[in-house]
Amino acid sequence: MVTSIAPAATSVDGHGRAHGPDRETSRRARRSAASSVAVNGLLVLAAIYFLLPIAWVLIAATKSPGDLYSTFGLWFSDSPQAWENLVDLFTQDGGAFSLWIVNSVVYSGVGAAVATVLSVAAGYAFAKYDFPAKEAVFWTILGGVLVPATVIALPLYFLLNTVGLTGTYWSVLLPCMVSPFGVYLARIHANASVPDEVIEAARIDGAGDLRIFGGIATRMMTPAIVTVFLFQFVTIWNNYLLPLVMLNDPKRFPITLGLTLWNSQTQRDPAFTTLVVTGSAVSVVLLVVLMVSLQRFWRADLTAGATKG
Amino acid sequence: MTATATAAPHSAQRTPIASGDAAPAASRRRRRTPGALWVLLVPFLVMFAAFFIAPIVFAIVDSLFTQRSSGLGLGAPTREFVGLDNYVGALTSASFVASLGRLLAFAGIEVPLMVVTALGLALLLGAAAARFPRIFRVTYFMPYGVPGVIASLLWGFLYIPATSPVLQALGALGVDGVNPLSSDAALFAIANIALWGFAGYNMLILIAALDAIPAELYEAARLDGAGEWRLIWHIKLPLIRPSIVLITLFTIIGTLQLFVEPLVLRPLTTAISSDYTPNLAAYNQAFAQGNPNLAAAMAVIVALLAFGFSALFLRIVNRKGNRAW
Repeated sequence: MVTSIAPAATSVDGHGRAHGPDRETSRRARRSAASSVAVNGLLVLAAIYFLLPIAWVLIAATKSPGDLYSTFGLWFSDSPQAWENLVDLFTQDGGAFSLWIVNSVVYSGVGAAVATVLSVAAGYAFAKYDFPAKEAVFWTILGGVLVPATVIALPLYFLLNTVGLTGTYWSVLLPCMVSPFGVYLARIHANASVPDEVIEAARIDGAGDLRIFGGIATRMMTPAIVTVFLFQFVTIWNNYLLPLVMLNDPKRFPITLGLTLWNSQTQRDPAFTTLVVTGSAVSVVLLVVLMVSLQRFWRADLTAGATKG
Repeated sequence: MTATATAAPHSAQRTPIASGDAAPAASRRRRRTPGALWVLLVPFLVMFAAFFIAPIVFAIVDSLFTQRSSGLGLGAPTREFVGLDNYVGALTSASFVASLGRLLAFAGIEVPLMVVTALGLALLLGAAAARFPRIFRVTYFMPYGVPGVIASLLWGFLYIPATSPVLQALGALGVDGVNPLSSDAALFAIANIALWGFAGYNMLILIAALDAIPAELYEAARLDGAGEWRLIWHIKLPLIRPSIVLITLFTIIGTLQLFVEPLVLRPLTTAISSDYTPNLAAYNQAFAQGNPNLAAAMAVIVALLAFGFSALFLRIVNRKGNRAW
């Protein structure tokens, strides 16, 4: 179903690789062998670059605090203690780390779910209805994409402070439920994948507008909906400034904030360095597993859909 | 945003309610639809107004006031309208101006580096000679899932000689004294963290655009004797230009957010001050110095810069013939 809706975006692997004519001269073949080595050499170099910090942290997480500084960074020490480090990580501060994982999942999961519902409904409304000042409103929302998140976060703190929301789960959750970029994506994909004829036909059959949206349009927009959700999930998961500004009770911290809290204590107690390293390793593993397993749902072509107009 | 531009002329046919004729059924529909429209649109608009518009308005208003404590500091401070004084204060503060300059320098490093890297990776993966493109693609994309804070922590360890295998290896080769966190190199060290995190994501956007190019175009060009380089230069680059514009714009906006990386790297080096970037300066003013009004003015300045740069960039891009957006 996914592919039948957006045929232009199916062959992610194909690269439109055209097969050249068979009559290639040997000179050309030699040149292409050389360029093949160059291309694949560069690809491997790039892979080493992208894997370096990840490999380092996975190895460092198995070391004792002493070995962290005294052994070569990209190889294991003689006395690995991965299990000990993990036990320390999950028992430090009364199991704070597991709480932070749960918090991150709640912030990202709930925030992204609500953001997706809101922005897909709004995007669909922009695509399929006419109303006064429609384009002006839409461009104002798009302007929201251009506003740096840092510019929103500070005033938002003072604003939420006046209504007593700062320091609560809501102070992080509510702002994360707005995704202007999601509205933009949803509008484009409602236009592209929900034909007006289908809506008309459903109306003639007596279906109400909300039913058409909930029962028919959302199904046709599934790939876009998944993309909006994943995009917002990762955005919230990676967010730092908003929780930093809003929260002060470590019980409500997400992983990012929790790890920097521990990191700020490394001066006082070097043991925290190992906690930070192990905690980073665990959260990297969590996310890499998530990213790789969701890779096939992650459709950058939809994020880029904008430019296919 | 081409899509919106192209959508607009068709909106008359595309919107079911607008296309209705004068038949009774149509007018009944017309009376019924606003209800659904409200349900679909209003929740988002309310949230957008509360968490986007309101803070911006609040910041603008707040930036025009100041808190004055009464004579002896007893009693509640009073709020006074001071016009543009906070802006003047920010823009005449040497450290804030320096942080703006640093941000510009950072953008000058980061934007070309990011766009060229993402483009290079996308083209390499699209080359006929590339083996295992799928595995490489996932590998490059993975860091996108690592939060900027954690990426900065990790690279922080890789930037100090005590823990960095790279610096250790260089030391073993006799190259000593490399310090990525020296005041000359710090901006590059930060740019590297951002590059590491986002190049793979931008690459995916470009790959999607490359995949949309019909294979026949390559066939035809090859029959005409065009090599790989000419394919890239005359077919691939012009056709994915809108996507290149898109990632450039995202990168410009991203660079203006610069906050987390210097914040995390700060304890490791004296090269990074507490007001290293405008965002750090604003954060500092709001929470450490207790001057939220000045912080608001600084935030507004950053927002204006974001709009200014975006507009300027789109203007330059669109002037050269074919409109991208």
